[in-house]
Amino acid sequence: MDIHEYQAKELLSRFGVAVPRGGLAYSPEQAVYRANEIGGSKWAVKAQIHSGARGKAGGIKLCRTDNDIEEAAESLLGKRLVTVQTGPTGKLVSRLYIEEATDIDKEIYLSFVMDRAAERIVVVASAAGGMDIEEISHSRPDTLIKVQVDPAVGMQGFQAREVAFGLGIEPELISKMERTILGAYRAFRDLDATMVEINPLVITKQKNVVALDAKMSFDENALFRRPQIAELRDKSQEDPRETYASDRGLAYVGLDGDIGCIVNGAGLAMATLDMIKLAGGEPANFLDIGGGASPERVTKSFKAVLRDKNVKAILVNVFAGINRCDWVAKGVVDAVKELEIKMPIVVRLAGTNVEEGRRIIDTSGLTVISAESLADAAAKAVAAAKSAA
Amino acid sequence: MAIFINENTSILIQGFTGRIGTFHAQEMIDYGSNVVGGVTPGKGGSTHLGRPVFNTVKGAVQETGAEASIVFVPPPFAADAIMEAADAGIRYCVCITDGIPAQDMIRVKRYMRRYKKEQRMILTGPNCAGTISPGKAMLGIMPGHIYMPGRVGIVGRSGTLGYEAAAQLKDLGIGVSTSVGIGGDPINGSSHRDILEHFENDPDTDAVLMIGEIGGPQEAEAGMWAKENMKKPVVAYIAGLSAPKGRRMGHAGAIVSAFGESAAEKVEILKGCGVSIAPTPSEMGATIAKVLQARKAA
Repeated sequence: MDIHEYQAKELLSRFGVAVPRGGLAYSPEQAVYRANEIGGSKWAVKAQIHSGARGKAGGIKLCRTDNDIEEAAESLLGKRLVTVQTGPTGKLVSRLYIEEATDIDKEIYLSFVMDRAAERIVVVASAAGGMDIEEISHSRPDTLIKVQVDPAVGMQGFQAREVAFGLGIEPELISKMERTILGAYRAFRDLDATMVEINPLVITKQKNVVALDAKMSFDENALFRRPQIAELRDKSQEDPRETYASDRGLAYVGLDGDIGCIVNGAGLAMATLDMIKLAGGEPANFLDIGGGASPERVTKSFKAVLRDKNVKAILVNVFAGINRCDWVAKGVVDAVKELEIKMPIVVRLAGTNVEEGRRIIDTSGLTVISAESLADAAAKAVAAAKSAA
Repeated sequence: MAIFINENTSILIQGFTGRIGTFHAQEMIDYGSNVVGGVTPGKGGSTHLGRPVFNTVKGAVQETGAEASIVFVPPPFAADAIMEAADAGIRYCVCITDGIPAQDMIRVKRYMRRYKKEQRMILTGPNCAGTISPGKAMLGIMPGHIYMPGRVGIVGRSGTLGYEAAAQLKDLGIGVSTSVGIGGDPINGSSHRDILEHFENDPDTDAVLMIGEIGGPQEAEAGMWAKENMKKPVVAYIAGLSAPKGRRMGHAGAIVSAFGESAAEKVEILKGCGVSIAPTPSEMGATIAKVLQARKAA
């Protein structure tokens, strides 16, 4: 789960990471008020969306007067900001963060990630701050510093100092840098983050170490024990198709094609999308209905898939283990009747109680297309979508 | 012989008396697995499904001599259950639980390093369908009847895609020595590479089908290891050719976040290691058949 910059800064500051003074605004008027409250003579007006690369997309504006701030706020609020990370539809800007401008002396890249090979939290830092990590790995790999943290004892002070000295930080700033690195590490560990990225972390002309930007993502499997993090979810930043599905306990990812997919198991769902592509079609979504596929769950899945208006045909592919094909078949029949679905539906069932499942489909009187194998199902779904287009 | 489990392996169920534990314990017993008891803290001394219930894994191991366990404990307590099994001297543990926090798994992996390699429990999962040695024993939640006994090893992240593979093999008259689910989480007990090593050393396995997916370094690592160390042929299918970068495809670990983690990149790396690639998920069985035939001819 992702959160906004201002939320990440608020969390990090509780762990001793210094951040510029700032405040939230929902209107141009509030933006001006916040700037005056903060004081000073130069401010950054920052669009709060779940994406990096906001600066390059025009989402961050430096302002010197009330008028500037009002105009900047006016131009951003309510708009969809398109960055290289958001995709062509962009993300809705409904809040702004107004922040005092910082006199930058030096920019640093600092992040914490879960290293899957090492099975540990790893600190990644570079003196080439401001660039994104792909750019740094590509053009300045010599500047990358990586330190692994032993989960038994946590990050140690000497490790933070190793990073700080490695970055070429002047000796008088080492203790501030150490506090920042250890603080961000503790935030990662104590809040069950999967990523903390401070880019840039800046050394100011006044010799302070300040997080100018901050991004955090969290482990969804740990939200049960982090209610204060779960509260930070902003549904306006999500694909509405995905919000609808996730609120109903379905694992759904929206894609751009026209064949809706309902599958059990993440691996089989990915393989089904692959099969559709290889058969010359385009999947509209990934959807894993999970283990206990009751008829109600199948109906819910149909509802989620049908919210996507691009869908022209639906492919149901279930290999029943814990599931039973007869339940799934009943769910399909119920859903088609209840939702009065007119578009072609291809159903492929395999595994536990498959004969009974097929019998339910075949005797339902519905024009559901039965498929024998994965390849057969994909070919039939692609043909159905093409003829419906 | 098969790997990890056979008809003699004595099995404990952790989370025995719960709804899910009960259902699958019964399925395993019906399949012929040697289930000797279970653990539910606070219910020790009672009997469930005709087997004794224990308060602790240590107590259960002392009484029954159990060698393997399967964990159905809910996510908040699952890491604890795995470490309890490791400490009690369980040799092989399957964790079915989906939804364990990644940092809990980091802690579990670190904890297990307290034991010397020879004494260390082998863990597969979490978030997997378990392990089956067809015709001998089932330690998992799969439909046992789709697996035919035979000499092909299967290792995979996904449960249902593993079923798909087993069914394709059965249709071609090819059986399975053991099928091992390593699970869809980013931090898991055993990697593809670890399981390949067990299959390479198993005299009853002739070839291995590795079913991977996007995300993480394990498929590439397994390919490199196979190139250097394996005499048996390996066939691989990597799911997620059409997965967009940076999106989590159901499994917590199925996300492309670094170079080399996409399906297309993994396929290229594996080809370079001499692994035969099943070009589509519907050709996993056929690709194995082709490899076995070529081996027979040679």
